Amino acid sequence: MSDDKKLAIIATKGTLDWAYPPFILASTAAALGYETQIFFTFYGLQLLKKKPDLKVTSLGNPGMPMPVPMPVLAQALPGMQGMMTAMMKQKMKSKGVASIEDLRNLCLEAEVTMVACQMTVDLFDMSREDFIDGVSYGGAATFFEFAGESDICLFI
Amino acid sequence: MAEFDQELDASGLNCPLPILRAKKTLASMSSGQVLHIIATDPGAVKDFEAFAKQTGNELLEHKEEGGKFFFHMRKA
Repeated sequence: MSDDKKLAIIATKGTLDWAYPPFILASTAAALGYETQIFFTFYGLQLLKKKPDLKVTSLGNPGMPMPVPMPVLAQALPGMQGMMTAMMKQKMKSKGVASIEDLRNLCLEAEVTMVACQMTVDLFDMSREDFIDGVSYGGAATFFEFAGESDICLFI
Repeated sequence: MAEFDQELDASGLNCPLPILRAKKTLASMSSGQVLHIIATDPGAVKDFEAFAKQTGNELLEHKEEGGKFFFHMRKA
């Protein structure tokens, strides 16, 4: 048992925007000396794919800033999601925001433990080959083994 | 600003990259050495103060000049 502070995160979302909080907080916590574990479940499993294909959508999200006001039905047209994702990625790049792959690599370098929820891996017929190396697999009890000792515990 | 042993230019980078780069650079330095950090992210000012407080690395001074932020940090 180390004396380091511990941060436990549950990552449940699989969109480009919501991929950021777990990896930003985990990499920063590691830099501050926290022992950090992320438990990926349901759509959060997308963040562990070797080549994550993450997207943003404004549907069901009236808080997303739009370059021009647009009726919801128009936002649902084919191609809109791809366009919004491309615009978001462009914006992030121009503002010096790291890519998800880069942040994830920084987490791995900093020895952040990544656990994939085996139940949801099976539920979605995903294969361990789809995921990056260094991921371990477990269930709720595995999560509590670490989270029970944690100083900070976040559900994202 | 006073002398330093190593320099890190984190200009153009956004949260959390300046902190992560600084951490990485400090890891390659020896105790007591001073790192000079250049950043453009306005959030970095508060973040480097918090980083110093939590890691024990000492923030010797920081200043703003022409939209850039300069920090001197001494490795613990």
